[in-house]
Amino acid sequence: MSTLEIKGLHVSVATDDGPKEILKGVDLTVRAGETHAIMGPNGSGKSTLAYAVAGHPKYEVTSGSVTLDGEDVLGMTVDERARAGLFLAMQYPVEVPGVSMANFLRSAATAVRGEAPKLRTWVKEVKDAMGALDIDPAFADRSVNEGFSGGEKKRHEVLQLALLKPRIAVLDETDSGLDVDALRVVSEGVNRFKAEGDVGVLLITHYTRILNHIRPDVVHVFAGGRVVESGGPELADELEKNGYVRFTGGKAEAAV
Amino acid sequence: MTAPEVAGLAPELAGAKEGQGQAPIASASERFTAYDVAAFEVPGGREENWRFTPMRRMRGLHDGSAALDGTVKVEVTAGDGVTVETVGRDDARIGEGGTPADRVAAAAWSAFREATLVTLSGTPAPVTVAVTGPGEGASAAGHLQLRTAPHAEATVVVEQRGSGVLADNLEVVLGDGSRLHLVVTEEWADDAVHVSAQHFALGRDATLRVTSVALGGDLVRISPTVAYRGPGGDAELAGLGFADAGQHLEQRLLVDHSVPHCTSNVLYKNALQGAKGVPDARTVWVGDVLIRAAAEDTQTFELNRNLVLTEHARADSVPNLEIETGEIAGAGHASATGRFDDEQLFYLQSRGIPEDVARRLVVRGFFGEVLSRITLPELRERLEAAVEAELAVNAN
Ligand SMILES: Nc1ncnc2c1ncn2[C@@H]1O[C@H](COP(=O)(O)OP(=O)(O)O)[C@@H](O)[C@H]1O
Ligand SMILES: [Mg+2]
Repeated sequence: MSTLEIKGLHVSVATDDGPKEILKGVDLTVRAGETHAIMGPNGSGKSTLAYAVAGHPKYEVTSGSVTLDGEDVLGMTVDERARAGLFLAMQYPVEVPGVSMANFLRSAATAVRGEAPKLRTWVKEVKDAMGALDIDPAFADRSVNEGFSGGEKKRHEVLQLALLKPRIAVLDETDSGLDVDALRVVSEGVNRFKAEGDVGVLLITHYTRILNHIRPDVVHVFAGGRVVESGGPELADELEKNGYVRFTGGKAEAAV
Repeated sequence: MTAPEVAGLAPELAGAKEGQGQAPIASASERFTAYDVAAFEVPGGREENWRFTPMRRMRGLHDGSAALDGTVKVEVTAGDGVTVETVGRDDARIGEGGTPADRVAAAAWSAFREATLVTLSGTPAPVTVAVTGPGEGASAAGHLQLRTAPHAEATVVVEQRGSGVLADNLEVVLGDGSRLHLVVTEEWADDAVHVSAQHFALGRDATLRVTSVALGGDLVRISPTVAYRGPGGDAELAGLGFADAGQHLEQRLLVDHSVPHCTSNVLYKNALQGAKGVPDARTVWVGDVLIRAAAEDTQTFELNRNLVLTEHARADSVPNLEIETGEIAGAGHASATGRFDDEQLFYLQSRGIPEDVARRLVVRGFFGEVLSRITLPELRERLEAAVEAELAVNAN
């Protein structure tokens, strides 16, 4: 059973005017079997949290700790973190021209599993996983994310989640930009992932609508680079009704 | 129009040597050509067509101090439909492909002792021409001509290896309606210097597919010229270069559209991987496409992309399209030089892929467009592996 523990995390991003502090002491623990939702207004630092945990080089951790089952995540390289069982579905997945999706998925599975998957079972595994997410098999031959629509990119993030089977998954606005059908397909993918393993999910979102598909155990409100309130699913209902006003000191922004 | 004064030249020669001066020539169509080395001024390095080349590393190829008395070994492996001859410069066929346009090409032309002439008829099996440099410390002049009979369909692989200094001319003369797939590799040892002029002459309705792969050598400068001798010619020149620390790879192309209804397509990709403490990894790509007034219905596109993998590397890219007729089917060019994208690296690594594997994936992907054109699977795999070996050299 895995636990991701974030304690007192301070993170700065390098800007033209020098480092700018974005995360100001984040405390959060996600255990296998749990789904946590992080909700917060734009610019509150949600993606920064996700990137810092994944190890993006632009984000510098100035203090605090992140551990996975007691192991120091911050001391690991980006790929070591992934092999240790962390996964980040990105808000803006990156295009990698010239590298086919099929080649990419196989390289990733080989790295995460420690050996190349057997070709015959692998082909079927990918085909089934793509089918479950309504992804046309032709995407396997296309360059990673290149020219994909927003929704196609998000489906492929969830495809990677399904194939790489991490222990803790961070999903950064995987719901943004999806139409109703795509939202359902993607949510079902996340729910399958959750149901099939003893895994934890940290679901970052700006909107409450995905919470109709994925039921969180805990809801955290994120503002000003910190978790400002945590509660049960009823907290999401309150955000749906009143928005973030109570947490942002008057700046009205609806969460719908 | 008066010709620009060229320093150090007798006034009566200044016009003849137009284009060798420091001022860019007004047009590629005015390029000076001659077989005789003496017709060319010794370049100092600031001339338009030498300004990117490190003359100090030319080992005297440009100023006559290279002896050119070494021997370049040329071995042709071929079966039915292929005639291999060794001929002198007096053979009437020598020169059918083109004429030297710079002093080193003319020096090679003036100095070679014998030329290898390969004639391809019908549909022969793939032919391999193995070229071996004269050895460390030696310099040589080479001459190779490939000819296709009308309607022949052939594949030729020219593999160049070894040490030493080589100046040469490669003539490729395509008969009417023939098709040639040509792969030229530069797999030299670290010391080698290769300065080469490639002259492609396409007969009516001839099709040329060239893939150039430049990996080895200290300084490799290749100048391909494409000429069309009749309508309907179709030339595609693809190339890749991988410049390591200290390496200089230069590609200077001229596609000369002088007849109607021809097409050309140029695609060159270079990757650069430098290191501290040695000269920069350097690539230079100059792509001149000239569409003369008579060349109606020309279709042309040229593209150069450079991928800078590290610090201590510099890529120059100079596309140039000159159009002298309004009646063309299409013409365009594009050029871009980019750094290795850290976001791509992060994305791949975030899926567990180690950094070195991620870099290999991206570089393999970058060159895939060029290498996929090689139709011989074993050769393609060998060259893919060679590219990856380059990547591993100073990745640490
Ligand atoms: N790479 C960056 N360069 C400069 N500023 C950044 C960068 N990344 C994030 N920021 C700033 O940090 C703050 C938080 O951004 P982000 O983490 O993306 O918020 P969220 O995901 O909650 O919308 C914003 O003010 C944003 O402008
Ligand atoms: Mg965000």
